[in-house]
Amino acid sequence: MAQAKAKASNKKKDLGYLANLTKGFIKENPIFTFMLGLCPALAVTGTVETALGMGILVIFVLVSSNIVVSLIKGFIPPEVKIPSYIVIISTFVTIVGLLTEAYAPALHESLGIFIPLIVVNCLILGRAESFASKNNILNSAIDGLGMGLGFLGAMVLIGFFREFFATGALAYGVYLPLGVEGSIVNLEWYLLSIAVFSGPAGGFLVIGLLLGLFNGISIMKRNKKERERQKMIEEKKRIALERKRQKAMESAGGNA
Amino acid sequence: MSWTVFFVAIFSSMLINNVVLIRFLGVCPFIGVSKKTTSAVGMSVAVMFVMVIASLVSYLLYYLVLVPLNIEYVQTIAFVLIIASLVQLVEMFIKKASKKLYKSLGVYLPLITTNCAILGVAVANISEDFAAQYGTFPGLAVAVTTAFGAALGFGLIMLAFSTIRERLEAATIPEAWKGVPVALITAGIMALAFAGLGGIV
Repeated sequence: MAQAKAKASNKKKDLGYLANLTKGFIKENPIFTFMLGLCPALAVTGTVETALGMGILVIFVLVSSNIVVSLIKGFIPPEVKIPSYIVIISTFVTIVGLLTEAYAPALHESLGIFIPLIVVNCLILGRAESFASKNNILNSAIDGLGMGLGFLGAMVLIGFFREFFATGALAYGVYLPLGVEGSIVNLEWYLLSIAVFSGPAGGFLVIGLLLGLFNGISIMKRNKKERERQKMIEEKKRIALERKRQKAMESAGGNA
Repeated sequence: MSWTVFFVAIFSSMLINNVVLIRFLGVCPFIGVSKKTTSAVGMSVAVMFVMVIASLVSYLLYYLVLVPLNIEYVQTIAFVLIIASLVQLVEMFIKKASKKLYKSLGVYLPLITTNCAILGVAVANISEDFAAQYGTFPGLAVAVTTAFGAALGFGLIMLAFSTIRERLEAATIPEAWKGVPVALITAGIMALAFAGLGGIV
């Protein structure tokens, strides 16, 4: 009995971890729902690979800073909370910057100033403040991983559209040491390509259009639910009315 | 070094390499605090204040402390700490000096700590290597002028964008595009206009 109970609670906990991991993917997506970390989302999404590289760096910094913040959450006096978080985050950003400079110099070159600027990405400070400072280590690490993956997914989505519209190809520039040479998908659409999308304006346009699309989908879903609810209410009303009528008939019949 | 250097620095960092629309720094306040013109102007003034002082202090810190000690790699940590404490200092100073100014700028100052435009301009000033081009102290003047121009560019864009957004509030827009999506598309069109200025200097 006790074993079964423990098993059930264990299962519940697992579900909790899973929900903790996946909440950042769509429901609480940092870029498309909270508009956090827009600067890198606009600046380094010109190609899929730079977007992917930035996402990986952000995941690393987010997970490690979440772990450290939740480790020392009891020792930090509340007055100096934010400065100490910033020091922790910037330490990891410096580590990441030096590592990319050593092992992925092309990526370091193309991300440029946006590697030190990971420090002021509101997403990382926000997760440290609102989640890691209140939860245990495992949960904080999972939360960091989930949020980071959501960020990475959104970045790659934006990068995909921008690169595809601008060049008609994918993975055109090789920045990550993945062993892939040249473009993965090339439809030779260079005559139809729109160069604006690789420029600054394209970033704003693509994020705006994607946001509008997602809003439209969620509004359509909401309307559909609303219509179904309305239908159900009408159905119930009809049934109740019918019942009433039947009862009235019965009582009238009884009287007669 | 002639005076044209300063003119070019202001002109290029304000219009040609605009912080928000071309370099994508400070996009969060650009989207977040631009619903009303008054708050947009308040934010821009606060940013201008902090950006110029932060560039000055971080430049001096880099060339007078970090370079002699050979610890350039702690640049990010040092700059972020300097900016955070500077924002705190400016807030305290304004609170003592002028109650009226504090009331209008006070709410924006804590937000500036995580404004990437401030750190971005400070780091860019170092990586542009003004010190090697003009010497350490003339380079400082150029760096501060660049920061001032960047802040002016930020203010210009915030003002223009917030007036457009105030008008957008009254326009009839499909429900899915209301708010941020249409604002982002507006920003995209503005960025297209600014991209046309590229290559003048």
